[in-house]
Amino acid sequence: MPSRVHASRPYNCMMNTSPGTHLTRIHAAAAWFVAVTFVGASGHAVAAAKVPDTLQQRIAACTACHGVHGEGALKSGFFPRLAGKPAVYLARQLQNFQDGLRKYAPMEYTVRQLSPAYMREIAGYFAAQQVPYTRSPVPNASAAMLRRGEQLTSHGDPALKVPACSSCHGTQLTGVQPSIPALVGLPYDYVSSQLGSWRTGTRASAAPDCMAVIARRLGASDISAVATWLASRELPADMQAQPAGSIKPPLRCGVLGDHGGGA
Amino acid sequence: MKWIGRSVLGALVLTVLAIGGWLLLASRGGELATPSAASVTAENLRDPALIARGRYLTIVGDCAACHTAQGGQPYAGGRSVSTPFGNIPASNLTPDRTTGIGQWSFADFWRALHAGRGRRGELLYPAFPYTSYTRVTRDDALAMFAYLQTLAPVHTTPGASGLDFPYSMRSSLAAWRAMYFNEGGYRPEPAKSPAWNRGAYLVQGLGHCNECHAARDALGGVSGHPALSGGRIPELDWYAPDLSTRAGGGLKGWSEQDIVDLLQTGRSAKGVAFGPMADVVAGSTQYMSGDDLRAIATYLHALPPRAQLAEAMPQFDARALARQGGEIYGQHCADCHGKDGTGVAGVYPPLDGNSAVTEPTGINATRMVLLGGFAPLTGANPRPYSMPPFAQQLNDSEVSAVVSYIRHAWTNRASVVRPEDVSRYRHTPLD
Repeated sequence: MPSRVHASRPYNCMMNTSPGTHLTRIHAAAAWFVAVTFVGASGHAVAAAKVPDTLQQRIAACTACHGVHGEGALKSGFFPRLAGKPAVYLARQLQNFQDGLRKYAPMEYTVRQLSPAYMREIAGYFAAQQVPYTRSPVPNASAAMLRRGEQLTSHGDPALKVPACSSCHGTQLTGVQPSIPALVGLPYDYVSSQLGSWRTGTRASAAPDCMAVIARRLGASDISAVATWLASRELPADMQAQPAGSIKPPLRCGVLGDHGGGA
Repeated sequence: MKWIGRSVLGALVLTVLAIGGWLLLASRGGELATPSAASVTAENLRDPALIARGRYLTIVGDCAACHTAQGGQPYAGGRSVSTPFGNIPASNLTPDRTTGIGQWSFADFWRALHAGRGRRGELLYPAFPYTSYTRVTRDDALAMFAYLQTLAPVHTTPGASGLDFPYSMRSSLAAWRAMYFNEGGYRPEPAKSPAWNRGAYLVQGLGHCNECHAARDALGGVSGHPALSGGRIPELDWYAPDLSTRAGGGLKGWSEQDIVDLLQTGRSAKGVAFGPMADVVAGSTQYMSGDDLRAIATYLHALPPRAQLAEAMPQFDARALARQGGEIYGQHCADCHGKDGTGVAGVYPPLDGNSAVTEPTGINATRMVLLGGFAPLTGANPRPYSMPPFAQQLNDSEVSAVVSYIRHAWTNRASVVRPEDVSRYRHTPLD
């Protein structure tokens, strides 16, 4: 138990310190009153609040990191853009954080008791946002690494039994409705950390978890190559996700209702 | 250091254990009177009214909160309950025959709830709060047992105990129980109203409020402090406030309606439930009947006044700290909580006079600033407003400044929070 809690009681001062110190503390307390009063009186003008009854107002806990329109945090690759991602995908991620399939303590804490209906509503809000994409910094990479990234993304690696990213995430990597997110426009840090999380089990999805299978087949340098190439790629003019049913996944995936091949 | 501390503590425990164990054996008369098997038949366990009441009571007891793993089946156990002595896995309460309570008789269940003993008579760890549940009546226990037996059985893999030596020895519990556990039911106070008595029964028994809302000593026992007078929750690092509404109380100025509102909707005119209490509201109290909530409010409202803590004084460069804190408050907090700290009724809680802000340790305000989060999601508030987390935006000194500011602004008079405290709470695990 912390003794510091009560350390500032006046009788402690009386017993443990000289009268001079006690006097100083009284002065400090007086200064505090003055300072608080001063700052309080000159505080920012606040409109007599009529709080907007909007979802945007309600989800300040989300927008503080992900942006008011889900544009993501520009300074950090770890607070990804949510705007325009398929609603079903976003709702599933919230559910996965709640269930502990995705491990990130602040997200797990924030969503821990939200209802499925509220999570769908929040997911719908971000899915409907249309804000311009911004490019994030691309790490320096050799031409060989970029080639490897492009190869894995567009063609896969049969020797590793890794399918092309585009076979599920869409020909332009802009995602596929209703459950597959875009890969373009994501920062290097985010893509590499998510693939790493799948390898270490701190990110998972409904079984069979095809992304976990793929991430475990990739080495660290391949993950880096994919993340670099994705971050360096020019954005397509049309960032909309492809329509539902427009892909035939090569692996069995729980998030796709277990459809797909059996690689 | 930590290891040495634990060893010393361990030696201490073993010494106390020897004495306490003897005391316990000496003091224990006969076996606990358990209900005769004849009075509990398979047929009356299937009584729909009994089962419905049992369902309600397990919600009142918030059993699912501990006995459900994150993302797991309700009541199937698997969650690891952290204590300062190690982690204790919560058991499976579904009627699976091997990993749950499928083979338990009501007598077994009653003995666990009332006497803190397992099916084989072993002493149970008091992370299972039988220290409170011992006050639950046999009728209520029977209803809960009947309900739990109707759940779909879930076969689980029991988690291993993560207790440190010597706590890993169940025999060490004999000493603990001699010191902290008084087996026995709730004794009504005839001088008080039926509502007060119902409230006392719920708060002291199934509600097990005192398990968090009282200070624990080095051995994890609740004693030596008035009931419900507030305490730090070990491991979780939240402060469960004093629940007295009288002078010096943590809920000073709360009306009975404020208490009912908070428990039913997650918010009241005086504050919003957050942290572990948000989970309690969302999982338990919001479902309680109006009569039971009013009874709880009647009981809490009658708790005695508390000794007034002397006003805290700032400990370091007050003027600079207050100026910095005030500026941060104006920039990040005042839009919602108001520059006068009054909040917005029904939406954003007041900070002036709010026990969450002024509780003795400063943990709650600090962690709220760091974590933000949604108000409890309840039937009355299905789309709650939320507070942004500031852990990413503000550094330790900035959080220290703004928390110290709100703890001393307006009519608040609480101690400052130091940057090193903020740093510590920044790294507290969230579950």
